Amino acid sequence: MKTVLTAALFMGLASAVLADGHCAAGKTLTDGTLTIATGNPAYYPWVLNDAPEAGEGFEAAVAYALAEEMGFAADAVTWVRTSFDEAIQPGAKNFDINMQQYSITAERDKVVDFSAPYYTAPQAVLTTQAVIDGGATGTMDSLKGLKWGVVASTTALPVVMEQIQPSQSPLVYDDNANVTAAIQAGQIDAALFDLPTALYLSAVVVEGGAILGQFDPNAAENPDQFGALMPEGSPLKDCVDAALTALTDSGKLAEIEAQWLQEATGVPLIQ
Amino acid sequence: MSRRAAYEARQRRRANLIAGLSTIAVVGLVILLVPMAPGWDAVKRSFFDGETFVNTFPTLLRAFLLDVAIFAWSVPLIFALGLAIALARGAQSPALFPLRIFGAIYVDLFRGIPVVLLVYLIGFGVPGLGLPRPWNSPYIWGTVALVLTYSAYVAEVLRSGIESIHASQRNAAICLGRNSRDTMRFVILPQAIRRVVPANMNMLVALQKDVALLSFIGPVEILRQAGIFKSLLANFTPYVVAAVIFLCVTVPATRYADYLLNRDRNARS
Repeated sequence: MKTVLTAALFMGLASAVLADGHCAAGKTLTDGTLTIATGNPAYYPWVLNDAPEAGEGFEAAVAYALAEEMGFAADAVTWVRTSFDEAIQPGAKNFDINMQQYSITAERDKVVDFSAPYYTAPQAVLTTQAVIDGGATGTMDSLKGLKWGVVASTTALPVVMEQIQPSQSPLVYDDNANVTAAIQAGQIDAALFDLPTALYLSAVVVEGGAILGQFDPNAAENPDQFGALMPEGSPLKDCVDAALTALTDSGKLAEIEAQWLQEATGVPLIQ
Repeated sequence: MSRRAAYEARQRRRANLIAGLSTIAVVGLVILLVPMAPGWDAVKRSFFDGETFVNTFPTLLRAFLLDVAIFAWSVPLIFALGLAIALARGAQSPALFPLRIFGAIYVDLFRGIPVVLLVYLIGFGVPGLGLPRPWNSPYIWGTVALVLTYSAYVAEVLRSGIESIHASQRNAAICLGRNSRDTMRFVILPQAIRRVVPANMNMLVALQKDVALLSFIGPVEILRQAGIFKSLLANFTPYVVAAVIFLCVTVPATRYADYLLNRDRNARS
């Protein structure tokens, strides 16, 4: 009897947090709480200071706006950390949604669910001033002759292989830190990142870093779009999509983007 | 057939029968029970997807050639350096004491440092000092890191082999008028090396898997290629493909080493 009462009380509390009939009610891991996963570590400018709880950084801010739109107060948001592999493993997941710059692709969509995109990422070429002084320019011909590096878990490798078709095979690394180390060591000339990451790395991490140019996202056949990742068949998907659409329509998403991601207009397009 | 032989044959048949039945029962249970787990379909899609297996196999096999190449050029360097360190540690003359110290420090240091750290430190660190291309290649410095680590292990294995040779062998060689260098070369080492072949085969199998660590600093070998497929396809099957390719090499290699050892033992007994 006692457990039934406790359960009933719990239900009452939960519905007090989440309005009855709200699309996320009863669909999250813990009722009344939205569990959001980010990377470990989470990178600037997506999350500032590796502290998503502060809501600073583009993805952290989007996450809190999304939670609010779905009916969760800021204190009802819990953060967890996952690697890419944990996000795609079969079996139970420890998050409701996972936001760490996941590019939406058809192959990945077979195994997990993606929300509507919350950001369209132009791809940009990170290099160093020394390479530019050595004669590299933002033209395809020049890009072909460079030694490329990319991060393995991103969609940058197919872009390099198919669009740039470099004359030497690219080197592939685990994460951003290793790519920047290789650039610094002169083992690669250039690396492909989404523009906000590239801007950050060139300004802060890579000594003498520079952006050679960006690819026009509107010209790409499959522009790189980031979506929140959910377990396959997640009951939350409709709710997340509706909330993202509302954020897009109200201009809130564009506002967050303007606040946290640098103005990209100064970066020349690759010819 | 004597009664005893008949009895033994009967016992053997009975043992074989029981072994066969128990194996069938265990395998049968695994085949029957595992797919009954509620998550089996998801696991099967993630790890044993036939289409992904077929599609990624050729690329992974090509990437494996890089592993073989790195392995092939590392092994002679490892054994040469390992032998040199083992001999340095075993130097008898008092004047060569610094050499012994050096050998001991070398082994302690490189056996103690995780291979991954060494691969990063040498693979990124040394080229970062400002070497021009092609001398900053991750292939060169990654290989150096592997050689440093594995030669420390091999040196210890060889040293244990050298020390296992009975002192009478050395004494006999000296009595025959061999100097200490010839004693080592013609008497001690041939026996010592033969004695530690199994331990060294172990090293080689371990090395063959650690070659994949070079992917941390850029080269796209089989595990990295599998990781690329994994992230593009969101499926772990490419790793299974890589494991199958690895097994196709390591299992026959180990069996061949067993065969060589048996032949050697039979020839001597």
